[in-house]
Amino acid sequence: MSQFLQQVINGLSIGSVYALIALGYTMVYGIIKLINFAHGDIFMFGTYVGMLSITVLHLPFPIAFIVAMAVTALLGVIIERVAYKPLRKSTKTAALITAIGVSFLIQNSVLAVMGANIDAFPQVIENRYYDFLGVRVNLIQMIIFFTSISLMFILQFIVRKTKLGRAMRSVAVDKDASALMGVNVDNTITITFAIGSALAAAAGIMVGLYYIKVYPFMGFAPGLKAFVAAVFGGIGIIPGAMIGGFSIGLIETMVAGYGSTLYKDAVVYGILILILLVKPSGLLGKNVKEKV
Amino acid sequence: MKNVLNRKNIISVIILVTIFFVFNYLISNRIITPYYRTVIYWVGIYIILGLGLNIIIGITGQLSLGHAGFMSLGAYSAAIILATNPTLTGLFIGMGVGILISLAVSFVVAMPTLRLKGDYLAIATLGVGEIIRIIILSMKITNGASGISNIKMLMTWPLIFSFVVLAMFLSINFKKSAIGRACISIKEDEIAAEAMGINTTKYKVIAFMFGAVLASVAGSLFAVTYYVVKPESFGVNTSINILIIVVFGGLGSLSGTIIATFFIGFVNMMLQPYAEMRMILYALVLIIVMIFRPQGLMGSKEVALNVFPDFKKLFKFRKEKKA
Repeated sequence: MSQFLQQVINGLSIGSVYALIALGYTMVYGIIKLINFAHGDIFMFGTYVGMLSITVLHLPFPIAFIVAMAVTALLGVIIERVAYKPLRKSTKTAALITAIGVSFLIQNSVLAVMGANIDAFPQVIENRYYDFLGVRVNLIQMIIFFTSISLMFILQFIVRKTKLGRAMRSVAVDKDASALMGVNVDNTITITFAIGSALAAAAGIMVGLYYIKVYPFMGFAPGLKAFVAAVFGGIGIIPGAMIGGFSIGLIETMVAGYGSTLYKDAVVYGILILILLVKPSGLLGKNVKEKV
Repeated sequence: MKNVLNRKNIISVIILVTIFFVFNYLISNRIITPYYRTVIYWVGIYIILGLGLNIIIGITGQLSLGHAGFMSLGAYSAAIILATNPTLTGLFIGMGVGILISLAVSFVVAMPTLRLKGDYLAIATLGVGEIIRIIILSMKITNGASGISNIKMLMTWPLIFSFVVLAMFLSINFKKSAIGRACISIKEDEIAAEAMGINTTKYKVIAFMFGAVLASVAGSLFAVTYYVVKPESFGVNTSINILIIVVFGGLGSLSGTIIATFFIGFVNMMLQPYAEMRMILYALVLIIVMIFRPQGLMGSKEVALNVFPDFKKLFKFRKEKKA
């Protein structure tokens, strides 16, 4: 029983990271119907910025956290403006290939600058454990969980209660109509990218704290899993991404805990294919008939 | 049948035979050094891979990112069979086993996933490629992460040449056949194709399986060229490298793929010492090509000189027989 609870705790903390990355996928997909393939690499970039602002600039952790989010948001804006904006009217395949190109570009640029070696994320938070009910909870896990939850609440607030959020929701439903209503469509899309990228950076720093290892290809697996999470919950739906993130985190730790670590990734990708077959719109999605 | 012997076909056969003997002479007399010979083999393998992926992406319009997974099926089948029977026969048996496995896997994967539209398919195939890699990583017979080494080096110029010509012949005829035309119509407008009575799922599955088989054959050839097969050689990056070639040459242009492979093989050779710069350059080119010329450099056009045999008549002849 206590082992099960332990797995639940581990699953929730890694799941909250997946949820944060999945939010970026889902927001971008919701607004321009593009799978931002480079999102996993934006996450990786955020980890590097966080790491460098602690090790090179000697910033205190909370400020480094904010700096990383801001710089990564800027990267998201640049990517959107330079690479994706010219392709808004082109085919899905073209947009997706561009996204793959962007992903490749970020990966290899970081590789060229930082080298292929694995860096260690500075351990700025004391590694303390709390034991209760036979379950061991790591301080870092608690920080990850509560930071993610608060970021999600802030995001929900922005999307539901502010003028910007209303603009985002209206652009997601109908670009032309929102433009006619005086919404600046281009800026709204750009801001969506900025928010998504900032969340990815936050996730990246927390993964850095938790797993310590930082390397140029670290974005691939979490990126893909977060995408699975987004699809699982229903891509384009913000609460769906959160539910999906936690579910994938739990499933993954359960498979690793009771089965084999080797298969945990295969199981997650298997779930993706299963979901796409059974209910492609995801848990919270509605079936939308395709218009001709 | 006598239409097969038209002028165009005869010219193309003459060109191919000339290319074969010229290179055969150059290689056997070591005018082409072993280093350049490896580059030629690389180009040959990637032409086969690129043609297969172009059938899926360029002709049928389905973005697949699991191509390297199917390549690994062929590579491992060949490597395992060659361990017991290190001859050319062993290679062909391994290749056959690889083809059968990849036919089965691609069918199982394609049937459900190809009902998905566009971008979901890309991610699903990416997942499939990763699943294949993880399964290979965890199996005993494939020797896990360290892979299989000391495979007998059987690659020769006649071998790669004949498989490249075979792949070109099959792909070009695939594109021209009724199946190929159905696939092109799916790419142009899936709903319209469906309305015209084309069973879109069926043709997507056929194209996907065709590409998977070519990838598997290329994988077997890969195994006997580089002596070593490792799971890490068949990751997403390999799939993306093939994608870059296809996009470069033009989505739907088979001759474009061939030209692009030569070009990229050449650039790779030149930029050998600057591996990272090379990848950055390719990524930039991928983005720029998509923004300014989304159909790829050559579009769907083929090279004007019809280099390869036109067996259209043969196909017609066959169809009449069936009816």
